[in-house]
Amino acid sequence: METLKPDAANYQSLLKHYIATQDEHSLYGAEQITKQFIKNNIPPEEIVNLHIQAMAALYPDLPEYFRHSMKFLLETMISYGIAHQEYHTLREQQSELKSEIAVAANMQDTLLATTKPAIDGLDIGVVSVPAHQMNGDYHHFVTGEDGSLGIAVADVIGKGIPAALCMSMIKYSMDSLPERTMRPQTILKNLNRVVERNVESSMFITMFYAQYLPADGKIRYSSAGHEPGFYYNARENRFEEIKAKGLVLGVDPDTDYRQYERVLHQGDMVILLTDGVTECRQGDRFIESEEVLDVIARFSHLQAQDMVDKVYKHFERLQNFRLRDDFTLIVLKKEV
Amino acid sequence: MTMDLQSCVTIEKEWDIVKARQLGREVAQKAGFGTVDQARIATAISELARNIYLYTDGGKLCFEIIDNVEQKGISMLSVDNGPGIEDISQVMEDGYSTSGGLGAGLPGVKRLVDQFDIQSEKGKGTEIRAVKWVR
Ligand SMILES: Nc1ncnc2c1ncn2[C@@H]1O[C@H](COP(=O)(O)OP(=O)(O)OP(=O)(O)O)[C@@H](O)[C@H]1O
Ligand SMILES: [Mg+2]
Repeated sequence: METLKPDAANYQSLLKHYIATQDEHSLYGAEQITKQFIKNNIPPEEIVNLHIQAMAALYPDLPEYFRHSMKFLLETMISYGIAHQEYHTLREQQSELKSEIAVAANMQDTLLATTKPAIDGLDIGVVSVPAHQMNGDYHHFVTGEDGSLGIAVADVIGKGIPAALCMSMIKYSMDSLPERTMRPQTILKNLNRVVERNVESSMFITMFYAQYLPADGKIRYSSAGHEPGFYYNARENRFEEIKAKGLVLGVDPDTDYRQYERVLHQGDMVILLTDGVTECRQGDRFIESEEVLDVIARFSHLQAQDMVDKVYKHFERLQNFRLRDDFTLIVLKKEV
Repeated sequence: MTMDLQSCVTIEKEWDIVKARQLGREVAQKAGFGTVDQARIATAISELARNIYLYTDGGKLCFEIIDNVEQKGISMLSVDNGPGIEDISQVMEDGYSTSGGLGAGLPGVKRLVDQFDIQSEKGKGTEIRAVKWVR
């Protein structure tokens, strides 16, 4: 087949051929030309005009009414032409925005980076995946001089950029806390005041803060309205919800947070998460929390990191590879 | 640079928009514009005249042929003593117009012509000059 040249002569000859034969071949040719037109940003009124000219060349004595009708069509195409240009501008703007957000997301990754610490006798697994480019979930590990490990998991109600900006603030407030060995309830009390002062009242931040004391095999924790985690009792081979009461951050500046504690034994697990895990959806149906536990249990024989990765993959697939909410899951496994 | 005499249409009633289109098209034809550009010019004039009709107590649209050594074209001038446009940058943003943009409004006019300039003062009025060159 000849190479199709997107020009007037080509259009005219295809049109002529089509009028003579009404064959599919000319229509295919027309389709290929259209692609060229779109690629070269040709507005619809130009195409109508091309048609008018081709017809005038092929049939010099076209009836007057037909010529007028084509002129009429051309006029109606002008606004479509502008809309077409606007669409192009918007597409360019969109790709600019996308790359700006990508840069911001990168910055956020750097800002909020936290390294999973190596603690003797404690196997840690973490997965945190944003639904969109920027993550509104946050987790952070802090190791104290006394060997204790602080673990924060937080969630902003809301997604995307506003949520992510909010999280950067939380991270900096945490970094500026006077000491790294503070008790969970004190940390939440401090953060609560920061959030109350700095964040719009329409934004809610929940946080679960846990502190692991390796010497005693003990865990202390407090919650600010955060999605409850789970505790796995190895001896009884049983999961239970970690119940902890506490008000969402930023609501009342004078809130005190209750602190709980629990001793971990060999094989026990602590599972911390955000509602992106428990509110996974299959089609229109929210999954039940037993299903989350079933999946966690299914992979619980694995190393903690493998385990969270597998759980994430399971839910990613369940939701057709399109997360609706940021997803953060942390597993602590007591090894000895 | 030589210029034809300016021809103007006063915009008060909706019907005047049609008159402005008609006159503008005649000037464009005389300047040597082809069918497609004539249609574009008429559309641009419509938008300008409609804004005068909708948002002011009256104004006018004036056309003239620009003919200098390098090129030939049409200048369209829209002048009114209306309330003025306070935030021009905002008005020129795609999608701002009451119709939601897409093929209309002042950003549309800007796309249809080669040069576009707005001057406006709150409470005093608006002056828009658009120029299109014959290709
Ligand atoms: N001559 C004018 N005087 C005062 N205000 C004006 C004038 N022209 C436009 N505006 C203001 O600028 C806004 C944007 O104008 P534009 O023509 O882009 O869109 P629109 O008239 O709102 O909607 P559309 O033209 O798409 O139907 C108008 O809503 C009006 O408030
Ligand atoms: Mg308008």
